[in-house]
Amino acid sequence: MRIGVYICHCGGNISDIVNIGEAVEFAKKQKDVVLVRDNGHICSNEGQMLVLSDIREFKLDKIVIAACSPSFQGQTFMKMMERAGLNPYVLEMANIREQCSWAHINYPEEATEKAKDLTNIAISKVRLDTPLSKAKMPIGKRVLVIGGGIAGIQAALDLGDAGFKVYLVEEKPTIGGHMAQLSKTFPTEDCSACILSPKMSDVAAHPNIELLTYSEVIAISGYLGNYNAKIKIKPTYVDPSKCTCCGDCSEVCPVDVPNEFNEGLSFRKAIYIPTDIAVPHSFTLDIENCLGLLPLACAKCRDACDAKAINYDQYEKTMDITVDTIIVATGFDIFNPAEKPVFGFGKYENVLTALQLERLVEHEESGKNLVDIGNKIAFIQCVGSRDEQIKKEYCSRVCCMYATKLAQLLKRNRPERDIYIFYTDLRAYGKGFEEYYKRAQKNGVKYIRGRTAEIQENPKNKKLILKVEDTLTRSLIEGEFDTVILSTGMVPSEGTKKIRDILRIGRTTDGFLAEAHPKFKPVDTLTEGIFLAGTVQGPKDIPDTVAQASAAAARAIRLMNKGEYEAEPITASIDEELCAGCGVCISVCPYDAIAFEAEGARKFAKVNEMLCKGCGSCAGSCPSGAAQQKWFNTEQIKEMLRAIL
Amino acid sequence: MSKKIILDKESAEFTKKIIELSGEIVTLCEQCGTCSGGCPMCDKAETSPSLMMRMAALGQKEILGSDIIWYCASCYTCTVRCPRGIDISKVAEALRQIILRDSVNRIDLSKLTPAELEKLPQIALVAALRKMTG
Repeated sequence: MRIGVYICHCGGNISDIVNIGEAVEFAKKQKDVVLVRDNGHICSNEGQMLVLSDIREFKLDKIVIAACSPSFQGQTFMKMMERAGLNPYVLEMANIREQCSWAHINYPEEATEKAKDLTNIAISKVRLDTPLSKAKMPIGKRVLVIGGGIAGIQAALDLGDAGFKVYLVEEKPTIGGHMAQLSKTFPTEDCSACILSPKMSDVAAHPNIELLTYSEVIAISGYLGNYNAKIKIKPTYVDPSKCTCCGDCSEVCPVDVPNEFNEGLSFRKAIYIPTDIAVPHSFTLDIENCLGLLPLACAKCRDACDAKAINYDQYEKTMDITVDTIIVATGFDIFNPAEKPVFGFGKYENVLTALQLERLVEHEESGKNLVDIGNKIAFIQCVGSRDEQIKKEYCSRVCCMYATKLAQLLKRNRPERDIYIFYTDLRAYGKGFEEYYKRAQKNGVKYIRGRTAEIQENPKNKKLILKVEDTLTRSLIEGEFDTVILSTGMVPSEGTKKIRDILRIGRTTDGFLAEAHPKFKPVDTLTEGIFLAGTVQGPKDIPDTVAQASAAAARAIRLMNKGEYEAEPITASIDEELCAGCGVCISVCPYDAIAFEAEGARKFAKVNEMLCKGCGSCAGSCPSGAAQQKWFNTEQIKEMLRAIL
Repeated sequence: MSKKIILDKESAEFTKKIIELSGEIVTLCEQCGTCSGGCPMCDKAETSPSLMMRMAALGQKEILGSDIIWYCASCYTCTVRCPRGIDISKVAEALRQIILRDSVNRIDLSKLTPAELEKLPQIALVAALRKMTG
């Protein structure tokens, strides 16, 4: 065995604290070590060339690199091993940067001792490392996209255009999500529905996209290249191929229900179409509110339908599909302002949410007023954002700009309006945002720097009084407002919470789903083959959502395009002869990767290597030592401990 | 001429002292003004609670001469609303402590005129008499 040890300076990051010379001398004394070198940057091209030429010249067969964290440069050095014709798994890294020089910046001597120990551990482990090979697995071209908002739509279209088979699942009767509800988009003021609706019809017409609306994913099992999803499809009781959207059914329906699409500002019938641009373009019978499907109960809609599109004999169905990768785009809900009772939402009739205002403004523009909101209007920013009292510490990123947009639209509809935006910090960080903010100020929108403590209603005229300080002049604001708009932030949607449990993927402290790496893997999750798109990962505006959706599609294509992929070889394996069949490993495995197999009367546990993530829980808990983690077997761990004891 | 804020060793020390005494990290304040908006005494005092927090964060000793720290009745309205979770009542208490620790008689009751007595809020009167307890 001929081990080469390389100790990195990391351009001073390590060498300023750790005594490199001492570490080199120490490593030279270890058994089987034939060469020790130190270098400024081993990860650089020059550093790697040095290792490669040493491997040839000194016939090194195992390598130890004492440098940074393997999660940082591990992949670089593994690729280097492949170039040298060595197996990537006879390489070990000792982390003497994050764990020595950075952690013990004020204790150089102790840091040096620890660096020596960690290097010794790596040498002891590499002696017992054996080559591991990556299994090549076949992978198909099928993708499940969960959520039909703009993120899901964009991801589905990109994947479909690239020739992949897409199943797009949406729980509502139409795709489009929140974007379909918006009046205009900031800062360009494009009509939101007008730019969204062509994309929605593209989805419906796309030969590679199978659209499943009014449907929910209820279970998922399997792994990359073989995910099995169970989808519940709710009946709409209307045949979309026959429905002409004439609306005769709605007209005769006797039931009024608050219209979700208009945020409760108007009513719809129990048989309805959520919006004019709905896709699929068809009515839906909402069975929760329908008087009943029995002809005796009502059946007015069926009788009114000339196209004979209404069929009461429909039932809930489930559908099983197999896909290779999954994109999660379950979006956001708006913060429920009733959680901040100081603002009186639901109690004072003139307090509205910004999403309600989006619907109002759109109707106002077309002359079909939903309600008159008057002329003196205040926006309260950061409702449900940046507030420790309700455990929402994050900034929702869109409220400053949508308030700026809505204020200008309100003024355009009625120039005599007086609009005030009460903010804490104005965040105009995106492309064209600052210019848009300036335009609003030019148009007379007044920005007041102060966060509203509470709203009171004048019971005589229903006008609203704000308890708020202008922090720039330290003066309290007086006067009454006709309407107060709460600029509500984003929270993880109910769908996101459900899908998180089904897919078992992590979340960050804000409740949104966690990306695999905040910088370099912003749309991956820690589960291979599952990607995130849009606000499911955190608040963001439409351009960012679309960019992320395209990124998620590209990352999914990257895995599927070759038709095969290499599986991670660091998995557990169970020795059938030693296994006593106690089942402890099965109970501790967090990935359901272990199951019993029988051979005659004897049963033993077996690991499904495709599901195993190499966490080591089974190896740690197995009483007989039958379960072993490849690359971290018991003998190796004993040797690593001996090296420092 | 606008007011000057002097940032030096002394101001840094003063901020540190407030943080130590109150147990609240005053530099966390984002100056949103929620405390002032809801403060029942804000329209009576010359200085608003948010200004008190600003001056505390910048270590400006003039805050010890402000009326807001004596108007503060520790009703905790600001504390339960602060979006940064700062216990602002404790900061006011710390500022009162700094003054009271000098242990001198701040007011001589016998020298107060009836007009002054009428103007002075009871709570301030009581607080001023509690030399060491605030």
